[in-house]
Amino acid sequence: MPEQDTQSRGSRNNQTALIGAGIALAAGAAGFLLARRSPDVHDDGNNISDAPDHVWRRKTGRYEEGLVGRTVSINKPREEIFAAWRDFTRFPTFMENVETVEDLGDGRSKWTIKAPLGSTVELITRITDEIPNDRIAWKSEPDSEVQTTGRVELFEIAPNRGTAVRLTMTYDPPAGLPGRAIAKILQREPNVQARRDLRRFKQLIETGEVATNAGPSGRGEPVNQPKI
Amino acid sequence: MRALTWHGRHDVRVETVPDPEIVNPHDAILRVTSTAICGSDLHLYDGYIPGMRAGDILGHEFMGEVVETGSQSTLHKGDRVVVPFPIACGECFFCKKQQFSCCDNTNPAETSDATETMYGYPMAGVFGYSHLTGGYAGGQAEYVRVPFSNVGPIVVPDHLEDDKVLFLSDILPTGWMAAENCEIEPGDTVAVWGCGPVGLFAIQSALIMGAHRVIAIDHYPTRLALAKELGAEILDYREVDVREALAEMTGGIGPDAVIDAVGLEAHGISIDNIADQVKSMAFLVTDRAHAFREAVLSVRKGGRVSVPGVYGGFADKFPVGAFMEKGLTMKTGQTHVQRYLKPLLDLIEQGKVDTTFLISHHAPLEQAADMYKHWHDDQNQFTKIVLKTEMAVPKAEQQEVQHELA
Repeated sequence: MPEQDTQSRGSRNNQTALIGAGIALAAGAAGFLLARRSPDVHDDGNNISDAPDHVWRRKTGRYEEGLVGRTVSINKPREEIFAAWRDFTRFPTFMENVETVEDLGDGRSKWTIKAPLGSTVELITRITDEIPNDRIAWKSEPDSEVQTTGRVELFEIAPNRGTAVRLTMTYDPPAGLPGRAIAKILQREPNVQARRDLRRFKQLIETGEVATNAGPSGRGEPVNQPKI
Repeated sequence: MRALTWHGRHDVRVETVPDPEIVNPHDAILRVTSTAICGSDLHLYDGYIPGMRAGDILGHEFMGEVVETGSQSTLHKGDRVVVPFPIACGECFFCKKQQFSCCDNTNPAETSDATETMYGYPMAGVFGYSHLTGGYAGGQAEYVRVPFSNVGPIVVPDHLEDDKVLFLSDILPTGWMAAENCEIEPGDTVAVWGCGPVGLFAIQSALIMGAHRVIAIDHYPTRLALAKELGAEILDYREVDVREALAEMTGGIGPDAVIDAVGLEAHGISIDNIADQVKSMAFLVTDRAHAFREAVLSVRKGGRVSVPGVYGGFADKFPVGAFMEKGLTMKTGQTHVQRYLKPLLDLIEQGKVDTTFLISHHAPLEQAADMYKHWHDDQNQFTKIVLKTEMAVPKAEQQEVQHELA
């Protein structure tokens, strides 16, 4: 029956056209993606984005040299947050990897930090910049095992959004790249650590306690330790 | 103590675990008297929610008596309380905005990375609902630690028995918020997919809020009968084409608001749902969003879509064209239970909300594992199960489940 033939040929033609269109679209999309992936196609030099320095850089495909950072908003006045941050000796309550911080006077502190494989690293930091209720910055002493700088800034993002707290750090990881890889495996990579430590700090300042899932399970863990 | 623990897909057990202790200043310890199995517990039972660890204690609908308090708890020993399923700190930006289920502080730092990666920001803590929401031990147990007990739990008067107030913990406020999210106006028709506990409470709530009509959709006759008793018109999707029926029943306009009280494990034989089932087996998709799609396609132009049903990951074929072109509004989210406790307790006391009509079975906690199986396998007969910690286990010859509502 010729009529039917024409119909089925017609639908085959439509199918072919659809497939063709699909391939063309896919090729276009792939081209577009490839173009976007190639670095700096517009060759426009400097970054124009209003993003903080520690935000992931697409053009270079990495963070700025050794810089990690994180911002949280805390529903408390600046004064209270600054006072809490200024007392370094309280850091071990919310910093998972910091065992102790000892105040040596003159803006110097001695930090004992947990490192991979059960060891510890000690470093001595010195406050390099401090404006009360605004910012505080520190730097490791030259003979420390780990070279690091850090800065906490307090500012207002918008009305009724509490106080923004931004922590940025640069660091020379122990034992170079392998040290960092191990640290990452153990979730002690500074980026992850900064995120978690700031979260705990926020919990502590806003609620007076660090949230924990410590409790019973059928695994026989201690009921007063976090179940990670 | 005895507790119901999760060990894998379709494997839950009642076993002896250590008693909880006060850990933080705002903690309280509860001796649980009643705890319910939630429809969303089936997503854990079926292995659909990631972040479970063998040995986790389940249960997020529970109430009991305070037996111990931390130094900053506002509760007192002997208080009889119902506990909201989301844990909220009361102090963060979100809690201050009454968006309690979005609390920024209750998912511990160690467990909040996963949902930050999945959803952009970490979820709040929830009792007994995987390590994605904090890995907190749940309340299907004899005792439970309640963190931030100064914020969530509501003290209930002694003259209201457990069954009347237990569902303040989740499904009653969840149904209520689902109806509230419909922004009901006089003359509105609301269509509800799913006549499980949340759907049923959403139907009741929508009618209280002044909906002109509610049309309920399911395939279990018992559940549809409960919906009808509440005053809804009913559609069994095995019998009729739901989209056509809804259009015809609303004069061709469509329902003004729709509620997806089904969530990620939609039942039913339809092309999209079968495709979703196959894809979910191959991990190409996680959520089977059939009810959601049908709701979006059925609602009238300019209508409202309310989604109390639980979704966790990604769904295919989201009808984004219909959503945009019809000018729809969607409201969804885990329930901000703390916001609704007092007004709903008042409605219960005034007899304006019926909270016991859906309970089909009571069972001792000891039989919780069996109850999960029934809850999963026989959803027509088991419309809501309440577990009692102090209920005697029936003797061998009476081990049949106690049917209160046959």
